[in-house]
Amino acid sequence: MVTIDNLSFNYSKHVVFNDVSMKLEAGKIYGLLGQNGVGKTTLLKIMSGLLKLKSGSCKVNGYEPFQREPGFLGELFFIPEDFMGPDLVVNKFAKLRGEFYPNYDHNKFSRLMTEFEVNGNSKFTKLSFGQQKKAIIAFALSTNTKLILMDEPSNGLDIPSKAQLRRVISQASTDDSCIVISTHQVRDLENLIDPIIILDKNGVLLNASIDEISQKLCFEFSPTVSDKSMYSEQTLGGYINVCKNESNKECKVNIEALFNSVHQNRELIKDIFKK
Amino acid sequence: MEFSEHKPIYLQISDTICDLILTSEWKEEERIPSVREYGGILGVNPNTIMRTYDHLQEAQIIYNKRGVGYFVNSGAQDRIISIQREQFIDEEVPKIKRRLELLGLKAIDIF
Repeated sequence: MVTIDNLSFNYSKHVVFNDVSMKLEAGKIYGLLGQNGVGKTTLLKIMSGLLKLKSGSCKVNGYEPFQREPGFLGELFFIPEDFMGPDLVVNKFAKLRGEFYPNYDHNKFSRLMTEFEVNGNSKFTKLSFGQQKKAIIAFALSTNTKLILMDEPSNGLDIPSKAQLRRVISQASTDDSCIVISTHQVRDLENLIDPIIILDKNGVLLNASIDEISQKLCFEFSPTVSDKSMYSEQTLGGYINVCKNESNKECKVNIEALFNSVHQNRELIKDIFKK
Repeated sequence: MEFSEHKPIYLQISDTICDLILTSEWKEEERIPSVREYGGILGVNPNTIMRTYDHLQEAQIIYNKRGVGYFVNSGAQDRIISIQREQFIDEEVPKIKRRLELLGLKAIDIF
């Protein structure tokens, strides 16, 4: 679906990516994690053709994003973090914009708007930030494009909407589409995102499925810090210890603990996940 | 759905399904939701549901009719009971025993 080879990118003197390579496959819902300023949004913008890479290559379904060919744009949707809709009735916007997407399904849009409890007959400008965001997410998922990129989709959403968001994204994923979600709110999207990509200054620290992570790492709760653990974190009632999985035990992957472990043990993690 | 931190999600979902079968909410020889349907209901990655279904298929609790979907196996209830009895004796009973000893209780005082 997406193949990135030796990508480099910089904003004048500020280097964001230096020789980054990764592959994204169809049928998956990727979680793109990373500290502030490591380039999550930049990466999404490169994949959607909004930014031009400096060297290396990025291919999406065989297209070069920055060429912005109609065949590419009709199969991609990018939801920015701070979406502000135009001065238009939401349903009208959806019908007009839907024309650009060969597989757009207006019935699906109406269904998702009902599920999100947003009134499609009002103008964007009359809706709150969270409602506008839900409207654009509903629209994005109704375009049925092969690649959907979401930048912090759960930001600005109220409590019930977060569970709805998980359900709606899960329902929208198909065997031949790929969804990439960048987020800091891993708890909002836990159990939904798999594989997990962790970006670091200049590169990819981890790109692995939950299954693979649980085979290689162990997340255990105990009253004390284990001396085998590469990372421990105090939680209610004890510690969560992250260690190498040497006993083929199956644990639940705790994404926050994973993120922190990866950051404290960059080289060790790269070594453990080397193929 | 609320998940615990102590067990992989696919196994937690598998436990839920076993409960649904034990209480006959999902009946033997009846079709169950597809992988994507169930993922959508729970708000969980469809690949996780796929793992759950693979796991239940291996345990012969559900089966796959090609092109039709997944069904609850006949005899699934009995199979679940025997698997869970074994698990209870292997995993839960030792914990209860240890706790009883620690608190200076005898089984006869309680049961």
